[in-house]
Formats: sequence, structure tokens, C-alpha cells
Amino acid sequence: MPTKPFSEMTGNDYAALGFKSGLEIHQQLLTSKKLFCRCPAARYSDHFDAEILRHMRPTLSELGEYDGTALMEFKTKKEIIYQIQRDTVCTYEMDDTPPFELNGEALDIALGIGMLYGCSMVDEIHIARKQYLDGSIPTGFQRTTIVGVNGSIPFRDRSIAIVQLGLEEDACREVSDVGHRRTYLTDRLGMPLIETVTAPDMLTPQEVAEVAEILRRLVRSTGKVRTGGGAARQDVNVSITGGTRIEIKGVPRIPDIPLLTYNEAMRQRNLLRLKDELHRRGITRDSFEARTELVTKLLRKTRFEPIRNAVADGLVVHGVLLRGFQGLLRWQTQTDTFFSREISDRVRVVACLTTLPNIIHSDSPSETLPSSEWRTLRKSMGATDDDTLVAVWGSPQDAALGASEIALRAQEATSGIPSETRQALRDGTNGFERILPGPDRMYPDTDLPPLRITEERLERLRVDIPPPYWERERWYCDIGVPEDLVAPLSTSPYADLFARAVREWNITPSVVAETLVQFPKRIRKKIGGRVGFTEETMREILLAIREKSLAREGILPSLLAVAQGSRFVRHDLPAPCSSDELKSIAGRCSADLQAIRLHSPAKARRKLMGLVMGHVRGRIPGRLVAQYLGLNTPEAGQ
Amino acid sequence: MSDNYRGYRGEALSTLKEYDAQVWSDVEVRTEQGSFTGIVLPRSETADAYHIVLKLRSGYNVGIAARSVQAIAVQGRKEAHYKIPEKEFPFDPKKPRVKLLGTGGTIASRLDYRTGAVIPAFSPGELYGSVPELADLCNLETEKLYGVFSENMGPEQWIGTAQAIGREIEKGVQGIVIGHGTDTMHHTAAILSFMVQESPVPIVMVGSQRSSDRP
Repeated sequence: MPTKPFSEMTGNDYAALGFKSGLEIHQQLLTSKKLFCRCPAARYSDHFDAEILRHMRPTLSELGEYDGTALMEFKTKKEIIYQIQRDTVCTYEMDDTPPFELNGEALDIALGIGMLYGCSMVDEIHIARKQYLDGSIPTGFQRTTIVGVNGSIPFRDRSIAIVQLGLEEDACREVSDVGHRRTYLTDRLGMPLIETVTAPDMLTPQEVAEVAEILRRLVRSTGKVRTGGGAARQDVNVSITGGTRIEIKGVPRIPDIPLLTYNEAMRQRNLLRLKDELHRRGITRDSFEARTELVTKLLRKTRFEPIRNAVADGLVVHGVLLRGFQGLLRWQTQTDTFFSREISDRVRVVACLTTLPNIIHSDSPSETLPSSEWRTLRKSMGATDDDTLVAVWGSPQDAALGASEIALRAQEATSGIPSETRQALRDGTNGFERILPGPDRMYPDTDLPPLRITEERLERLRVDIPPPYWERERWYCDIGVPEDLVAPLSTSPYADLFARAVREWNITPSVVAETLVQFPKRIRKKIGGRVGFTEETMREILLAIREKSLAREGILPSLLAVAQGSRFVRHDLPAPCSSDELKSIAGRCSADLQAIRLHSPAKARRKLMGLVMGHVRGRIPGRLVAQYLGLNTPEAGQ
Repeated sequence: MSDNYRGYRGEALSTLKEYDAQVWSDVEVRTEQGSFTGIVLPRSETADAYHIVLKLRSGYNVGIAARSVQAIAVQGRKEAHYKIPEKEFPFDPKKPRVKLLGTGGTIASRLDYRTGAVIPAFSPGELYGSVPELADLCNLETEKLYGVFSENMGPEQWIGTAQAIGREIEKGVQGIVIGHGTDTMHHTAAILSFMVQESPVPIVMVGSQRSSDRP
């Protein structure tokens, strides 16, 4: 099958590729404290009081094995800097104090969501340490646990399996990563999040995005998860027939998923074709041949600036000969991306040669070395026309490590697709991040004892589990909630309050939906920024509507006043406007109106309505005023 | 109790026996909740008698209530050997000879996953296996003098350590490192400063409050 552009791919094309994809969704929970200490959650700031330097080392799992990722990260020999702030970090996050007890509020939320997925719930929770040697967690491991396995959610005419639901602590925010130094901010570190892992049940890129959206809305419908930038992050696993499971990390937006997964499927397909081409040329894992040589002297006077400057700075240049690879570094892997980038990425990440370009190669049509210098290199390294040369430069250690990574990555091409985690890039392609970690990076946390989940606890939580949002939506449609409010209301934190207001307090559904969803949105638009209304405020307003002390016209002004800092007190509301009062106000307004000359009687009546409403807004429904004035206004219709 | 059921007692033990499962059995456990697949792990001695610990395929551990088990199908066995890989320390004639004298303490220990305690671990092979970059610095030899926590160091051990230092200097090492527990390291250091004077080679005492297997 030929390579088709993204827009032309059909479901059949993906089926022919054997496309399969699964999701791992990380979602922060709405708790006031962090997961294993009592520091506040979600207090973000770029300000810091101190910096701490750490180095990381790999640890054996209790099965006695090292993890591949851990060893790779160890090779990079990074200095990790943590920026810490007094108010958001304590000695726990810095691994100077053992963990406190697991945050019970976070566990309850996770258990509730596990039951929402219909998971088999774990009877006794064991905290594990998952090694992360990239430095994103100062301890070198993340405390994490499984609360449920084997759940599912309905999707179209089938179901998507939820393999497991985990509860774990969030990692640091990366500030920068240059050369051998990586810097992190620690405010987010330790916040509770859940990880939902689906089976690879999605069969097209579009399905992956749809399932991600369903899961996002489903967990939001509990009202107990965080929203906003960075609160939910997707990892997407992709494989095709003959390929490998590749994990694309940290996809920030669901709409980015289709193009990213398409590009990954294409990359795998093209790497499999590259493998076939290598085999056709007689190059296999065993017959693969690479040679490395120090070529600093030969390139001392090169016109290619990056290398000339590097040599002048006392750095060294390694040449790597890839036997029989002629032309293959220009082999297309993703959209406008070639095999040379697979190699350059490895060199950047593992050898910490972060300034680009970090390699040049003889297959490149772009201007690097003049052809006379390539000839000199070829001669010196014994290369034939069938071979490709790659050059890498840096400090003696980095350049040597870079050279060995180049040969390693080229050799891996003879076997197909190396197991890696890859990072999502803005243009929809992906780049190497690290070797895919395996179960060997997990080992038990001996600081915390196992925690029993009692049946009573599950029973208590089961009562509060919301119905799936799609059931709510059906009900909203049935009772006449305006169409545009159905979706936002079904996953709103006020969804329970809505049900109560409609069922118990008998308030018109459309009025409740407007109050809870539409008006807050309008106010946020009007005054900008994040305006929140407590459930208590909303409850008071709805009760005032029920008691008829607040009319529909008064809701928006009341909410606006709350947003601007005043408190809504139901009992302090002025008494509803009586018909006598309305009569006297209308009389006064009518007299006032005499002073203004309005020729059109219709205009005059509308003006009068406006004047009267100015006095009684919120204390009496507009339609009663209109009725009294003998007007046919929009309000009168309701 | 036999090693095949390490840490298990009561209800959990009889459930394992009922279905012919043992520690390290690769099993599928069917429960009222659903199915779990993984390897039966030893149970911590301080934990209760009602749960069976499984290592799932994902690497996570979970406890399953023995009471809810409906069936266990044993599919195989995968025994773990927790051991730091021992590698022979390489020799480079251009690098200085350094002797590491071990007296004990947390710095020479590693974690025991079953009890959560730290247990002693110390040999050049183990050290090289876990800290290979030591070979970039020196030719390391190690000798375990004692395996005691520092509260148990006393005159006998101080004298022995000083004598060992003398022997090593005579053998021509170019540096000595002494691994020691942190509680009384300053006592030993003070005593040694009187016992060993005008040393021709640097002598360094090291300790840590973390076992060396923490990342």
C-alpha cells in the first residue's frame, strides 16, 4: 500500500496497516492537599526560594533486574536542579522525610472513578515505586498504586476495555534542559492524579480522539477532577502489524491526537520498509558493520561553521561509517522527516548534544561539508560509495557516546522499530524521548504498609457515583434543557445540584441550566479571568428562585455581584414586588414618561417597561410586569 | 513455615494451598471482583493473614482478599533472585590503588523488599555492579572488617581498623576509604586521628543515611 497523506486515509487503510491504539490518560484530582504530604495542591508559581542539585542512579527491581530506560537515563549523566518554594514543597518531596499516609480524599475519588469504569476493585492497595531517572521526581521514583483493573466504557456499538486505573503523584514541571543540566520547578510535584489505561481497542486515529474525549468528560462528570491547562495529559500508544508498541507522551490537546497517531503509524510502516531494504542489501543485525574514528584533525579547517567552531573550542569530532547504508539516512519516516532525525534525536537525548545540528551525514543534500572534505573523510575511514558517513562533535565523552549511539540506532534499524517513548511535537510528528520502560522499573515502596479497601468504604462511595454523563444528557433532552447547555451541564460540577433543583425544588429546568452553566460563562466572558461560584452560592440562588424572592431577571445581576466580591444572602433579598407596589411604580414611571415625547406608542410602551423593570428587576418576573402594562414582550411568552 | 509460602499464614495460606499455588507461582486468580493475572509474591511478615499479593504483568503489586477468591489457575513459575550483579572490578595500571574498608552501616546495605529493612551488602563485585563509574577513578579493593551498625563499634573495632589502615599503607595503597555507620562515625574518626598520625595517604570516612540502592 502506498503512503497516503493524512487527509486521504480511510478506515480500510488503517485496517490494512493493522493500526491499533490505546490511551493512558493522566488526570489531576481536585483535592486541597498533595497525595503523600500535606502541602497545598495546585498552587503554581515560577518564584522559588532555593535550588537543590541531584544526580540519579538506577535501582534493581525486587525481581533483580535493571530497567532499560533507567540505564539510558543514567548514561546521560545529567545534573538535575530543583527549584523549590517554601509554601508548596516540604521535605517529603525532596525525599528527606518518609511519606505521610495516602491522602484519603484522593483515594476516595480514584475508587469512585474505578467503580464508574466498572473495574474489579483491588482489595488491598500496595504502593509501588516506579523509577523515573529523568529527574522529573527528586526521589528518582514515583509513588503509584493500582486501585482497579478490567473495567470498560461503551463506545459506538462496542466497548473499550479499561486495563487498569492507577492513583499516583504528579511530577515536576520542566523549566529547561540544556546540555548536561536539566531544571525543574517543584510546585506541581506530588499532586494526586489518576492514570486510566485503555486496551489497544481503537482502530483509527479518529477513534482514539473520540475515546479520549469520552474519558475526559466521564471523569469530569464526577466534579472531582481538576480542569484547565495541564490538568489532563494524554499518552497515546500506537502499533501496526509487524511494528512495536510506541508510546507518544504528553499530548496536551485531544484534537492533536489523530495527526500524531497517523504520523506514528507511518513512521512504523516506513521503518519496517527500511528494515526490508537493509535486508535486501544483505545487512542484518549480525552482519551490520560500523566503524568509528576520531577525525578532528581532518576537519580542523573546514568551512562548515559548527564543526570549525567546535574544533576551535577544543571539542572533538567523531566520524561513523555505516557500511552499506548509502542513501538511507534520507529514508522518509514521518511527514517531512527522515531516518537521520531518529539518529540525531538519540544523540541529542543520550549524549546531551542539544545544540542542533548535532550530526551531519553524507546522504544529506543540504550544504554541510564541501565534497572535497567528504572525500578526504571517506578515504581516511575506508568508505566505499555504498557507505554512509556520519559526523558528530562535542566534548570527548559526549562525542564518543554520540558516535556509539549513532551506530546503535543504525543497527536497530535492521530489526525494525525500537521500543521507545516519543514526545509529541507541535507539527504533528514525534521525536525520541527515551527507551520504553518495562515492568522492571517497578519495585515496592517499603515506607508505606499495604492499605485495605473495605467493602464499607466502597459502599459509601458507590452512593455518590454519578450516572454516566450520556445518561444525564438523555434526561436533559427529555426535560427540555436548551440544546447548547446539555453537554456542558452533563459534566459540570453542579450536575447533582441541577438534578436536585429540578426534582426536589421543582424549578424550571431551563432556568436552572441557565443559572448553573450559561450565566457563569457569560460573566467569565464579561469580566475575564477565572470566576468561580461555590456550590453554596448556587444553592442559595436556586432556593431564592424557588421561594420566588428572586425572579429570573435577577439571577444574572446577582451572580455578577457575587463575581465582583459581594456575598449572596437569600434572606437579605428585598421582598417580592406586590401588585399594589407595581401599580404605584408604574404610575410614577408613566408620569415621568410624559416628560419625554415619544411619537410611536409601541416605543413608548417599551420605554415604560424599561423604566418599571429598572425599579423591580429580580423582585417580580418580567412577564407579570409586561402583562400588567399590556405588553407583548419576549418575557411574556414564557 | 516453608519458603514456598513465605510470609503467608491463616486464611491466605490455606487459600494458596487449596489451589496448589505457591510463592512465585504465575497465576490467574478469579475473584468475586473479576480476574487478576500475575505472580504470587512473598507476603510481608508484618502484614495481615487475609490477603494474597500478586505482581501484575504491568509490574504493579496488588493484594487480593483470600475470602473473595473463587479459583486460582497456576500457569507456571517465575522466581526472582534479588541480587546486585557482581562484576569483576577492572584493573588499570595508570590509576591509583584505593582500599575500601567496610565496617558496616547503612552505606554498605541495601533494601530487603520483604521486610522493608536494610540489610548489609558489600563486596567489590557488588559495588562495581551498582556503581560502575568507580572504575573511572581508581583500582578499588575492598575488605570487610566488620558488619556492625555504628552503635556497636567499640575499642576492639577501633584498634582493628587502625591496624588494617597500617597494613594497607605498608602494602602501598594510595588512598583509604572507610565505610561507617553515621551514628558514631565522629567517635571513630576522633579515635583514629589519635591512633593514625602523619599518614602518607589520605584516609576518608564515609557514611550515609540512605542505603545505596535508592536512585
